[in-house]
Amino acid sequence: MVTEELVWEALASVPDPEIPVVSVVDLGVVREVGVLDGSVRIEFTPTFLGCPALEAMRDGMAAAVRKLGAEPEIEVVLDDSWSTDRITPEGRRKLRESGFAPPAPRSAGGPTLVQLQAQAFRCPYCDSTETRLENVFGPTPCRSIRYCTSCRQPFEQFKTI
Amino acid sequence: MSAPARSRTEADLVLAPADDELILGWRDSEWTGIAPFLEEDVAFSSIAQGEIGHARALYELAAAELGTTADELALDRAPDEYRCAPLVELRLPDWERTIARHWLYERADAIRIEALKDSPWNALAGLAAKIDREEVYHRMHADMWADRLRATEEGSRRFEAAVDELWPFALGLLDEPLRGRLCETVGRPAAAPVERGSHTEELRPLWEEMTMVRRSAPGATW
Repeated sequence: MVTEELVWEALASVPDPEIPVVSVVDLGVVREVGVLDGSVRIEFTPTFLGCPALEAMRDGMAAAVRKLGAEPEIEVVLDDSWSTDRITPEGRRKLRESGFAPPAPRSAGGPTLVQLQAQAFRCPYCDSTETRLENVFGPTPCRSIRYCTSCRQPFEQFKTI
Repeated sequence: MSAPARSRTEADLVLAPADDELILGWRDSEWTGIAPFLEEDVAFSSIAQGEIGHARALYELAAAELGTTADELALDRAPDEYRCAPLVELRLPDWERTIARHWLYERADAIRIEALKDSPWNALAGLAAKIDREEVYHRMHADMWADRLRATEEGSRRFEAAVDELWPFALGLLDEPLRGRLCETVGRPAAAPVERGSHTEELRPLWEEMTMVRRSAPGATW
């Protein structure tokens, strides 16, 4: 018998294909799970709209539900309900451990260039805050590039949205 | 047979910004590999990906109303059927003109997104708010470059000349009632706009390249 708990457990093993250390649950993109008569309904909120990983995540979640012997119904919710603030503490820890600086908390009104140029971002390798913004944009829509002047290492910073 | 939930006119409202984002995204992607330096290769490629992602989400919204698909809307229409504004069609191989368009577009787009966030169509209002979160970074980049070009005499002269040239096109991005706000934020007086509805000669070659692969194998699943 499929339960909501089992579905959440299964989803916790569905990786973000671009940052496989974090799962869709760590990212906070699963908004709701509902189970009814052997079919499982999942509300999924994309991270960045231009992210090519979204389809892989959706297919990964569908496969995980089928493995439980249930029929998935995945609704993609294109509204404003996802923010990087939804990444879980566990997700943030995993990001840092694999060399990605987790996103800063979102302030009212969203991020500004002045904030990004401030030395408030911690290097995921040496923990120094002596870091500077190299490029607002990086290899994927969700990342910026920063440089740590303490350990002289460039690193990727998850953008706050 | 039941009528579609919303009128064709409402779907058309979504197609104008969707087409703008798709075509501008395509133009931005032309800098990949040839921008003045590596950081800008990365920036313009990422901005292009962002704009095309926004276009896709808007097309999906329109497609659900029109009984079609996002891909069909993006790639199966004839050039004349696109609703994009002439500003985004222009091929601008000079850096200062690209930056001037980027800066004008982001200013105008911010005003348009703000208006869409108040749409009575909940799905559109929600999507506009999501797009707004991401566009913050595009605006940041555009403002940073405008400041950078204005910091030298030559840069300032060339940037302001490009803004003057493109200003009538920028006004054409917005519906008439929103244009006053663009004049305020850009600091320029109203001018005769280059309106949405007709296309420049530069759209067709772009369209031919953009749709080439899809036209080569109609009906294929990619």
